[in-house]
Amino acid sequence: MPRSDEGEQGLLTAAHSLEFPGGYTRSVGPVIGRFLTELRDGRLVGVRTAAGSVLFPPAEYDADGEAVTEEFVDVGPEGVVGAYAWVPRPRPSHPLDRPFAWALITPDGAGTAMLHVLDLGVLDAGAKPPRALRAGLRVRPKWRAERTGTINDIECFRPVVTTINAPVHADYRLSAGQALTRFLSGIAEGRILGHRCGVCGKVYVPMKGLCPVDGVPTTEEVEVPDTGTVTTYAVNNIPDPRAPGVPFVSAYVLLDGADIAMLALVAGIPADQVRMGMRVRAVWRPREEWDQNMANIKWFAPTGEDDVPYDDLRDHL
Amino acid sequence: MNTDIAVVAFAQTEHTGEDSGLSEVELLAPVITGVKRRTGLTRFGFTCSGSLDYLAGAPFSFVSALDAVGAWPPISESHVEMDAAWALYEAWARLRHGDIDTALVYGFGKPSQVRGDGGSELRELMTLRLDPYYLAPLGPDQVSLAALQARAYLDQGHKEDDLRAVAARSRAAGRANPFALDLPDPEGDEYEVAPLRPGDCPPVTDGAAAIVLATGDKARELCERPAWISGIDHRTEAHSLGARDLARSESAALAGERAGVRDGAGDIEVAELHAQFSHEELILREALGLGDDVRVNPSGGPLAADPVMATGLIRIGEAASWIHRGEASRVLAHAASGPCLQANLICVMSHG
Repeated sequence: MPRSDEGEQGLLTAAHSLEFPGGYTRSVGPVIGRFLTELRDGRLVGVRTAAGSVLFPPAEYDADGEAVTEEFVDVGPEGVVGAYAWVPRPRPSHPLDRPFAWALITPDGAGTAMLHVLDLGVLDAGAKPPRALRAGLRVRPKWRAERTGTINDIECFRPVVTTINAPVHADYRLSAGQALTRFLSGIAEGRILGHRCGVCGKVYVPMKGLCPVDGVPTTEEVEVPDTGTVTTYAVNNIPDPRAPGVPFVSAYVLLDGADIAMLALVAGIPADQVRMGMRVRAVWRPREEWDQNMANIKWFAPTGEDDVPYDDLRDHL
Repeated sequence: MNTDIAVVAFAQTEHTGEDSGLSEVELLAPVITGVKRRTGLTRFGFTCSGSLDYLAGAPFSFVSALDAVGAWPPISESHVEMDAAWALYEAWARLRHGDIDTALVYGFGKPSQVRGDGGSELRELMTLRLDPYYLAPLGPDQVSLAALQARAYLDQGHKEDDLRAVAARSRAAGRANPFALDLPDPEGDEYEVAPLRPGDCPPVTDGAAAIVLATGDKARELCERPAWISGIDHRTEAHSLGARDLARSESAALAGERAGVRDGAGDIEVAELHAQFSHEELILREALGLGDDVRVNPSGGPLAADPVMATGLIRIGEAASWIHRGEASRVLAHAASGPCLQANLICVMSHG
């Protein structure tokens, strides 16, 4: 007997269920029956319509009301997604208990589509639709091991494999070398050091201990200020932990007194307003955070001075 | 054969979003009393109702609803297991015989009592109406199937914002309609089933509605401004969702054409559409050629109150009311049945 209880208005309510115990036995007929039999045996078939197309899943009549032929046609099992619906929070009646999609899937060789479940992998409840989910996605059925001749003999469809994830990892212990160690020890004190070449006179910041133009060792140390000029730059849209956000700008900054530009971040200005010739100054982290590496300079920010004319930069590009 | 048939009276409940404690027959009785009082009639040449036994979980549950009508001495009665708009169609066809001059049509639904363990409700119950071979065993609920159609529509180059606009307008109109639910403006980015958000889906609603149809002079006697049915037609298409173009409604377009809606629908002033999901309104507007100058769902439509099996009949009643009040001369009502607008009924009504 159902349990009676009082509803909010003081009226009696009772739980009630409608059910055919053991389920309702239905005859499937020769057309649907053929489909379900093939499905049980791991094959997808459609049926040829009088007009010559392939109706899938098969029915006795096509959408125009014409009786189909007796010719069954192997289709798929691979197919293509048409319309789809993304279920971010599955309900108890749904076939999967994690986010999934419903999709209309047309197997190769078929003229019409079948509704089925599309599994796009393990995602947390409430997940947004994955980017892979779109019309045209190619999918294959995942068959159940034990099949009985129902539409659920296919557990779900899954995308065909188009990519793999290849892990890449190797470990090193790098030495900075003498010149870079000296440069970074300057940075640790808030100084920017370089070398002047004794042959060509160019100032290299950071220094390499060599002039790559003349092929001679360099030893004359020069200190340059933390101001400079953007010679050229790029707008980046892939996040980087060092940058303040996306998009961010990486630029070649020609420090005043140096002859070779160095690569640095530029911030403090919208990415689309950065210019060649823009004057910038280093933004240092608070002194107590300094270490012996380039992270002491967060990025370069505009000084507000007039831009340097292009002709003055030409030789540094 | 008398073919002039009009809607002469309409009544509906103040629909509720939760169980009000009334049984179906208690829900229905006041609206039957309402149209009887409005017309002065106590007997009708024909009575036809629309309801869904699955909502009550009992076979032939519609029979007990006749207690609200009064069936002694025996009356001529019929029932459709569809929205009561199709009961109205049957009554209209019956009146065309010319041997009777009045018909009572009603529909009712109490989906609030569809409640199972784990939170199952109307949207899961609607899975039972699907084909038992290919669809029902997968367990797709009503909202999931609607979302498929919404995606098919959006992939034709439409924006999700178009759906949001329909939802917001419908709920605002519903707040101004004393019979519809008082629902807040839709908000939030969470999808119910993408691309549909909760506001794009109809609220679970209990309610009932009744309409009286009458022919020729009888209609003029019962109503100052009868809403004459100038055209009515219904069309259905394939049940299989994969066998039709979900982005369009050819059946609505064809029913509209047969009911006298010409491309551009120039003279239609008000359209009440049985669009349970916001994209359905947009698909129907395109199918029927309704321009921006047509007032669509000024009642709020099904997004503001969806008493299943009465919702379509209410569209006819709401549209007819514009003619009854003298505020429009030509109106359109639409009713739908089946998943993803499978079947569509169009009723065009005019003054004079």
